[in-house]
Amino acid sequence: MARTLVDKIWDAHRVARRADGRDVVYVDRHVLHELHGPHALERLVETGRAVRRPDLTFGVLDHTSPTSDRSEVARVSAESPLMREMRSGAERFGFRLFDVDDDEAGIAHVVAPELGLVLPGATHACPDSHACTVGALGALAFGCGTSDLEHVLATQTLAIKKPRPMRIRLDGTLTSGVSAKDVALHLIARLGVGGASGFAVEFTGMLVDALSIEQRFTLCNMAVEMGARTAIVAPDERAIAWLRERPYAPAGATWDRAAAAWAGLRSDSGAVFERDLDVDCTDLAPQVSWGTNPSLTVGVDGRVPDPADAPAAERGALERALAYMGVTPGTALQSLAIDRVFIGSCTNARLEDLERAAQIVRGKHVAPSVRAIVVPGSLAVKRAAEARGIDTVFRAAGFEWHETGCSLCVGANGDLGSAGQRFLSTSNRNFESRQGPGVRTHLASPETAAATALRGFIADPRLVVTR
Amino acid sequence: MKPFEAVEGVAVALIEDNVDTDAIAPLDVGRRPDYARMLFRRRREAERGSPAGFVLDRPEYAHARILVAGANFGCGSSRESAVWALAAFGIRCVVARSFAESFRLNCLRNGLLPVVLAPDDGAALERLVVAAAGTRTFGADLRSQQVTAPDGSAFRFDIDAHERQALLEGLDDIGLTLRFLPEIEAWEKSTRESAPQLQVLAKRPA
Repeated sequence: MARTLVDKIWDAHRVARRADGRDVVYVDRHVLHELHGPHALERLVETGRAVRRPDLTFGVLDHTSPTSDRSEVARVSAESPLMREMRSGAERFGFRLFDVDDDEAGIAHVVAPELGLVLPGATHACPDSHACTVGALGALAFGCGTSDLEHVLATQTLAIKKPRPMRIRLDGTLTSGVSAKDVALHLIARLGVGGASGFAVEFTGMLVDALSIEQRFTLCNMAVEMGARTAIVAPDERAIAWLRERPYAPAGATWDRAAAAWAGLRSDSGAVFERDLDVDCTDLAPQVSWGTNPSLTVGVDGRVPDPADAPAAERGALERALAYMGVTPGTALQSLAIDRVFIGSCTNARLEDLERAAQIVRGKHVAPSVRAIVVPGSLAVKRAAEARGIDTVFRAAGFEWHETGCSLCVGANGDLGSAGQRFLSTSNRNFESRQGPGVRTHLASPETAAATALRGFIADPRLVVTR
Repeated sequence: MKPFEAVEGVAVALIEDNVDTDAIAPLDVGRRPDYARMLFRRRREAERGSPAGFVLDRPEYAHARILVAGANFGCGSSRESAVWALAAFGIRCVVARSFAESFRLNCLRNGLLPVVLAPDDGAALERLVVAAAGTRTFGADLRSQQVTAPDGSAFRFDIDAHERQALLEGLDDIGLTLRFLPEIEAWEKSTRESAPQLQVLAKRPA
C-alpha cells in the first residue's frame, strides 16, 4: 500500500503497540531545555529511573539565557536554579549539555540541525511546541509536554498516536522581499490557528523545492501555529548537502549509505492524504499580523478588518483582539507606529534571515523612535554573521546586536516590553502579553522587520531599495 | 498518575475560541511556582478592575470543578503547566468544543478528563452552565461516559477506549512502555545494523 513520508518514518520507528492503543515510537535524538528539563530530571531521581540513552540526549539553555551581554550571561548562568539543575542533571545522568558559553550554545531548534543532530528519516523529540521546525530536513519531530519529556528520558521512546496525514502543496515564486515567513503567516490566516489540528503536514511543491533549507525551517516552525502536530519536507539534494560534514552527522561509509537511502525517502505517488491543500504564492504580499493570534494576519498593504464583516460567532474574539491591540477597523497597517523591532527566535534568527534583513538596513538608520534588536539563533550564527560583517551593518544602522537565546519571543529571560508598546517581531506568537504584559505584537518576516525599523511605522520591504 | 472516575461540582463557562496556553498559564520561570495562582493570572489581573472581574475570580466559581470552553482550547505552547494550573485550581474536567492536541494529551497524562460533546449537546450544556451561574452541581462520569446537568439532562461523550482505561486506572505511563523494554532493545540492535547513523553518534573532529 502506498505510504506517506510520515508513514515510512513511523513504521521504521514503531517498536510496539501498547495496551492503551498508543504506538511506542523510538526517538533517535532528544533535545531538552532548561525551562522543562529540571522538572523531568527531578522526577527521574524521585522514581529511581535513569536516562536510558544519554548518548542520544542533549541539553540546551535557551529560554532563560540573557542576551544583553556576556557578563550578564555569566551572572545569570551562575545563579539560575534552572540552569544549575540542568548541569547537575547532565552530570548525574551523563548527557551532553550545550552550556551558555559552549561553542554549541543557542536555541534548541537552531542548534540541533546545525550540529547535524537532526537527520532525514530520523525521529526527534523536544519538550517545546516548535520542535516541528526540524522537520525541514525530513525528520519526524515531536514537541511534547513535561510528562512526555520524562517518558523519552526514561524509555527513549514516545507513546503516541500517529497524526493524520495532510499535504500542503506550495507553488509559484516569491517576489524579492517576500520569504517563507510570509507564506507561513498566509497559510495560518487561511486555515486558522486550529486548521491543521491533529495533522502532520507535509509541505511539497515547486515553491518548497526552491526554498533554501533555512527558509524551510521557518515554514515548518510555524506549522504548529495552525495547530499541526508536526511538519515535514521530504529530504532532497539540498537538504543532504546542507547536512554534510555537520559535527554530529555521520561520516565515511555510514554517510554514503545513509545519504543514498535519504535520496529516495519521500511519500509514494499514490499515498493518500486526508487533507490536501494547494496554494499558489505568486504575487503574495509580505504578511503582518494585526491581532492576538497568528491567524489574524493580512498583507502589509492591507487594513485591520471589521468584525462586522465576520461571522457572528467570531465577532467577540475579533473585538477583543482589536481592543487589546489598540487598533480600529479600517486602520492601514502601515499607519501604525512601532516602538520596538525584534529580529530573532527559532522562527527567523538563522544566518540567512539576518543576511536578508541586513541587506535592507545596510547604509540606512533605524527611526529615532524605534529600539531595534537582533538576537542570533545560536552562537554559531552569531559568529558566522560577525565574520561576514553583518553585525557591523546592523550596529551602524542603530540596531542592538545581542547574544543568542529565545529572548523576546517568550520573554522568559526578562527581555520584555511594557504595557501599550507596539512591537514588530519575527517570532511566532502574538498572544496577549507574550512579549510583556500589555505589549502589542505584530508578527512579520525579517525583511518586514528591517524595513519597519527604518521607517518607524510598519513598512513594506518591497519598497525599500537595496543595494 | 492520579486516576479519574468521576467528578461533581460547580461548572464554569469560558466560551472563547483559541484560548492559548500562554493565557492559561503565563510563563513563570520560578523553579516551584504557585500553579493555582498562575491560572489565567494575566487575565485575572487585567479584569480585576472590571465590574464583574474575570470569571474564575468570582466567588461562586471559587470551587469550580468543571470548565466549559470554546474551540481549539489550549492551543500554542505545549507547556504542561497549563494543565497543572487548572488542576491546582481544582478543575478535574474540561468540556471544550475542541482541543489543541498537545493540551489534550497533557490532560490525559495528569488525570484530567478532556471531553468533547456532540455540537448540539455542547451548546445545550453551555446554556445550562451559564444559567446555573455557579449555584448548581454538574457532573462528569468517565465510567458511564456522561456529563450531567442539575436539571437531570445527561450528555453522552465518546472517548478512545484505551484512553478511558488509562484514566480510570491511573496507569503509569512510563511503566506501560517499559513492559516493552525487550522490544526496544531489539529495535536498537537491529537498527545498529540497518541504519547505524541513528544509533551510533560520534562528533567528528573539528
